[in-house]
Amino acid sequence: MSSALAHDILELTLEHLVLVSLSMAIAAAIAIPAGILLTRRAFLQRWVLGFANIMQTVPSLALFGFLIPLPFLGGIGKHTAIVALVLYALLPILRNTLTGIMNVDPAVRESAVAMGMTGRQLLWEVELPLAIRTILAGLRIATVTTIGTATIAAAIGGGGLGVFIFRGLASVDTTLLLAGAVPAALIALAADRGLEWVEHKLSPV
Amino acid sequence: MPFDERLLRKREREGRFELMSPLVSFQQVSARIGQKDILYDLSFDVEAGETLVLLGRSGSGKTTALKMVNGVLLPSAGAVLIEGIPTTAWNLIRLRRRIGYVIQDAGLFPHFTVAANVGLVPRLEGWQSRDIEARTQHLLTQVGLPPAQFGTRYPRELSGGQRQRVGVARALAADPPLLLLDEPFGALDPVTRVELQQQFLDLRKGLDKTALLVTHDVREALLLGTRIGVLHDGRLVFLGERSEFLKSRNKEVQAFHTCLEEKWRETI
Repeated sequence: MSSALAHDILELTLEHLVLVSLSMAIAAAIAIPAGILLTRRAFLQRWVLGFANIMQTVPSLALFGFLIPLPFLGGIGKHTAIVALVLYALLPILRNTLTGIMNVDPAVRESAVAMGMTGRQLLWEVELPLAIRTILAGLRIATVTTIGTATIAAAIGGGGLGVFIFRGLASVDTTLLLAGAVPAALIALAADRGLEWVEHKLSPV
Repeated sequence: MPFDERLLRKREREGRFELMSPLVSFQQVSARIGQKDILYDLSFDVEAGETLVLLGRSGSGKTTALKMVNGVLLPSAGAVLIEGIPTTAWNLIRLRRRIGYVIQDAGLFPHFTVAANVGLVPRLEGWQSRDIEARTQHLLTQVGLPPAQFGTRYPRELSGGQRQRVGVARALAADPPLLLLDEPFGALDPVTRVELQQQFLDLRKGLDKTALLVTHDVREALLLGTRIGVLHDGRLVFLGERSEFLKSRNKEVQAFHTCLEEKWRETI
């Protein structure tokens, strides 16, 4: 392997990591509070989950395409890629936050209320600790998927390891394809393992 | 009871002058959940120091009545007065911390140790951790769970009976004047149930507590209740002492009589 290629791999891997981490941070910042809100406002569930569901069903390449003509969110470049990746990551996090909290034993919630916990105490001391594993599992699924989907970001100038893959496809160059695919797969594996470990560490019992 | 001047002063400060009002008073309470009427025109008092048992079949509205006491449900008509103040006027968080609550299968927090479960309300109330620890140890000892052995365990490491004991200790933690118990011994095997019922009687003798207990078990009602109220289809069809209960000619009360063994029936 030439040192130029090695240098490129390192650079694009970093770019890929930045793309994924930013997207996941934004997605979590939206989806976890939204999921909590949905447990308090049941009538919103259909609408919000429906929206997140639809976002998941749009083929990823098409979603990137749709975003290009949009003002603010769209255009060519990293920020458009991040918007698309966030939209993809919302559903698993949202759904798992909702499920995790709704699955807290009703008897436990009932006694928390009857003991005189405030809404905030119920959330922070009972619901979130008991739901944390499920929420993190959602985050893990979303992260692993995003690492793969982020390779498509290169199609709209988002950079990352996808650059190798598209270049490799265009020039029928297996080495380039592998230079993109292998690091992406390794990142996905590492993220999966890492988040699994965190999940285990944070589980309440 | 000796005249407690401090209590009177405290009540005066808080603007409460009725010294002898019942601890809990249901005044023509109706409950409607969604489109369904659960309770109709329910009126009764729970006097300080007594254990009133609400007896009824499933769906009779007894749990609904219980949940009206700590303001988990509010009446759709009428009023529930606690210490003379309607639940709609209470700060519900304050009210609930003054009421111990025990439910079937305990409802312990699975991610808290036994000690943390018992010490919860004192902690919410901002007690010093030293006081919480002392209180927790005292209560665990009182319900027959040596704190050194059980304090650091998690609820899933306990038997059903032990969990229920922790549930009772937790309800007593902040020394509330009133206890609400919803089928507290319902999920236990018969032997453990009798043990815990006996322990409840012993505890009550030692502590000056008022209790409102809900059950479908007529033997439990007769064993634990100083008075028994019978709920049927959302109405209070009987309220009286044990001897009156055994003599009653009310149809629903007689339906409960038939569940009793000979030993009890002879006394009718």
